[in-house]
Amino acid sequence: MATLDISHKDGPRFVADPLEVPKLACGAMADISPYPAHPAHQEKLGFPGELLPDWKQRVIEKMGELAKKNRAFLVYLDTCVKCGACTDKCHYFLGTGDPKNMPVARQDLLRSVYRRYFTFAGKYFPWLVGARDLTEEVLDEWYTYYHQCSQCRRCSVFCPYGIDTAEVSMAAREIMDVVGKGQKYCNEIIGKVKEIGNNLGLQEKALRATLEDLEEDIEEETGVSVRIPLDEKGADILLITPSADFFAEPHVDGLIGYAKVFHQAGVSWTISSYASEAANFGLFIGSYENMREVSLRIRKAAIDLGVKRIIFGACGVKGGLQ
Amino acid sequence: MFHVALLLVLLRHFRYFTNPVWFWVEWAQPFGLYASFALVAGLAGLWARRFLVERIRYISSPSDHLMLALLAGIGVSGIMMRFVARTDIIAIKAFFLGLLQFQVLPLPSDPILLIHLSLVAILMIIFPISKLLHAPGVFFSPSRNQVDNPGEKRHLAPWAAELETGRENGNS
Repeated sequence: MATLDISHKDGPRFVADPLEVPKLACGAMADISPYPAHPAHQEKLGFPGELLPDWKQRVIEKMGELAKKNRAFLVYLDTCVKCGACTDKCHYFLGTGDPKNMPVARQDLLRSVYRRYFTFAGKYFPWLVGARDLTEEVLDEWYTYYHQCSQCRRCSVFCPYGIDTAEVSMAAREIMDVVGKGQKYCNEIIGKVKEIGNNLGLQEKALRATLEDLEEDIEEETGVSVRIPLDEKGADILLITPSADFFAEPHVDGLIGYAKVFHQAGVSWTISSYASEAANFGLFIGSYENMREVSLRIRKAAIDLGVKRIIFGACGVKGGLQ
Repeated sequence: MFHVALLLVLLRHFRYFTNPVWFWVEWAQPFGLYASFALVAGLAGLWARRFLVERIRYISSPSDHLMLALLAGIGVSGIMMRFVARTDIIAIKAFFLGLLQFQVLPLPSDPILLIHLSLVAILMIIFPISKLLHAPGVFFSPSRNQVDNPGEKRHLAPWAAELETGRENGNS
């Protein structure tokens, strides 16, 4: 049921309580999967371009490897008792009513496979504990539902065990990536960061022109000449901000705000065209290696420009702290 | 309700294993006795959710129901031994104290007692291979037992540290 009336004459309105628990609508979101990543995009990130012939075995291997490396993932797979505290907390569930968007059920898409191959009960009594074999349908289901999680972690706040669906979603995406089932949006973007320096693929020239336009806008509006420096060696501060700040409303106001504050404070600062992005999509796909590589670009830019301090704009803080 | 009652009931059961009975176990006796009703009521509540709430019904698998049935069986048979058909607890205590010294003494062959004890034995068998492991698991949950201070202190896992070796300053 729609809780939002988007065609209201005074703009969108809530017509019902948006947190009201919907009736279960099985399969409501089953047909909505993300666009697959192009093989070329996959390969830039070190992932296979297409689904590998021996993907089943590799999925299980990767799952075991992650469970070994990451205690959070292992505990979150093992400790859920299906109490249901999270079931009505996910906005993907509240908005669609699809039961597989309840955090516990979404986790269980992967957990059921984990149980089948890694736990005693799942190996010998699969029907009893809801364990299932890894099949093509299961993989497709993962692809559909693990990309219907924005990793906001609201469910983990309500879980008595602090189980974090995001951790499971990230692991699932990583597992799918390493067997060649990548998602276009995230993976194409990471490739752009590695090649160009930001998620948008905004080249240095375009970036420079954009910043100059913004300088003009500020002067027109305030009568004060405020600079937005790009690639200036020897500046004290390197500002890293999400590339949305370069083109989208109202994000651009954030960048204008930074510039005004820096101007008023009289500090020397710069933006880098080599690392012009604060949002690190390596986190979203659970790829530590990619996240690290993206973050190291910022480190390199800071060292090359000789700045004393890096300031991060909003967005991507998690990745930035790595 | 279930978990607190379970604790009290378990405390009460210490009296079958200790001689002389510790003072706080004696003190807990009346609480444990009435907690047994709270325990069964709590289980009934947990079980009712698995049938009545649509969302919880969807996520429940057979083992979830069996686990609750097992616990309820233990609780109900335990209550019956106290309030319906009293059993010879002197002999039970002698049996368990004997077990602690590796002696097998005769156990009263009371059917309810045998049901109670065999269900507990089953519980102990499935405990380490089932979701009941959430009891120790909760203490290992990283979002519960780790300090949130990545801003102040860098945490690097051994496998992640390996990526950093051989990297020169400034080159990625």
